Amino acid sequence: MQNIVERLLNGDRRALARMVTLIEAEAPPARRYLAELHQHAGRAHIIGVTGAPGAGKSSLVTRLVRELRTRERKVGIIAVDPTSPFTGGAILGDRIRMMELAGDPNIFIRSMASRGSLGGLAASTRDVVRAMDAAGYDPVIVETVGTGQAEVEVMRTAQTVLVVVAPGMGDDIQAIKAGILEIADIFVVSKADKPGADQTVAELAMLLSLDPHRRQATWRIPVLKTSALKVQGISELVDAIQKHQVYLRESGSLAQRAQRQVQSEIQNLILQTVVKELKRVVSEEEWHTLVEDVTKRERDPYRVAAELAVRVGLKQRYCIFD
Amino acid sequence: MAETNGNNRSSVIDDTSRPIRVLVAKPGLDGHDRGAKVIARALRDAGMEVIYTGIRQTPEMIVDAAIQEDVDAILMSILSGAHMAIFPKVMELLQQNNVDDVLVAAGGILPNEDIPAIKAMGIKGCFGPGTLMEEIIRFVRENVQAKRLATEI
Repeated sequence: MQNIVERLLNGDRRALARMVTLIEAEAPPARRYLAELHQHAGRAHIIGVTGAPGAGKSSLVTRLVRELRTRERKVGIIAVDPTSPFTGGAILGDRIRMMELAGDPNIFIRSMASRGSLGGLAASTRDVVRAMDAAGYDPVIVETVGTGQAEVEVMRTAQTVLVVVAPGMGDDIQAIKAGILEIADIFVVSKADKPGADQTVAELAMLLSLDPHRRQATWRIPVLKTSALKVQGISELVDAIQKHQVYLRESGSLAQRAQRQVQSEIQNLILQTVVKELKRVVSEEEWHTLVEDVTKRERDPYRVAAELAVRVGLKQRYCIFD
Repeated sequence: MAETNGNNRSSVIDDTSRPIRVLVAKPGLDGHDRGAKVIARALRDAGMEVIYTGIRQTPEMIVDAAIQEDVDAILMSILSGAHMAIFPKVMELLQQNNVDDVLVAAGGILPNEDIPAIKAMGIKGCFGPGTLMEEIIRFVRENVQAKRLATEI
């Protein structure tokens, strides 16, 4: 029997699905598999879709995928929904709006719970993208949790970021704030069948005109109007995404982004290793006692962290209390 | 917190530390899904990841979603009386796709006389009106395969 990596590369959907589960569970073989998949990935265009809850992300993704299918693309979708901070459970409901995509063997949809990550994605989303990419899905669309102003993790994963804004979601002062409005490669004003869409387009255009970097910038961020309900503006949006992909390649930005992403990825992997090692060397009881001591102010978190750093194998000189 | 010190590290896959993933599906033509939503919410509050796909799901859609989402369990809720047509189709599609490690249970309006036949299809649990949420949660926890990830598919 072929192993799971070979089966995934051969287009076996169950192998891909199980790979994602292994990745999410941080199961020991997952990194070994991912290391193998790495050389097969890198072909997919990765599109991020972000915006406030209810902005219309899932409906837009559904239309986008329909359009991409008419252009004969094989599409992977990762839809992230929030994990409850209290119970650890989650309701993953993006499939409700993607129902019409069911049954197409050239579409793979996977729902992910954020599992405690705060940046709008799950910690393992990037690795799941890698698995879909290696399995031949291109593009891979990553839909974030409904975001506020600061969940910008998607820019470290995606190559083209769509920021979806529904009409009437806030005045132009909201738009000047830092955060997700800064990470857009393309603005999408959704629900264009509703009143106020033109005003939102005008406000976003105004915001862009205030950007001091804009005059030197070689990519002009478009503001596009779409209606998922009436299927309007979708083909124009796919054209804009493709244009951005060409721009990224020709301007050298793609390589730059990739380098930044790899850098943060390696750093993250090291952090994960340290945390894992910490869990291995410190028993639950000891951890509990340490936390209690610090809470009661009998000890301080800085000394405790420094001592633990030594125990996970970091050199003494990184510790401030030598 | 301490990891098991197995000799063969690659076989140390801890299924218990990850959330149970459940697909809550509404097959058939039922127009309302309050019951399914209540169950989805209760499972969420029990720490599970619940994939909810909405109403009017065909057996193909259910099995397709279960495969892509790699769920540990499928819970189908049906009120319209079409269960004896739909459930066999779902089980057949699972079999066709070699999915044999997923717990399947059913809820809704299931007449007593149909229950033996439903169970004979491989549907392990049947939950009618008035079932306590705790009972469903316990059933899922106790019956999902504990070593799914350790088994080659």
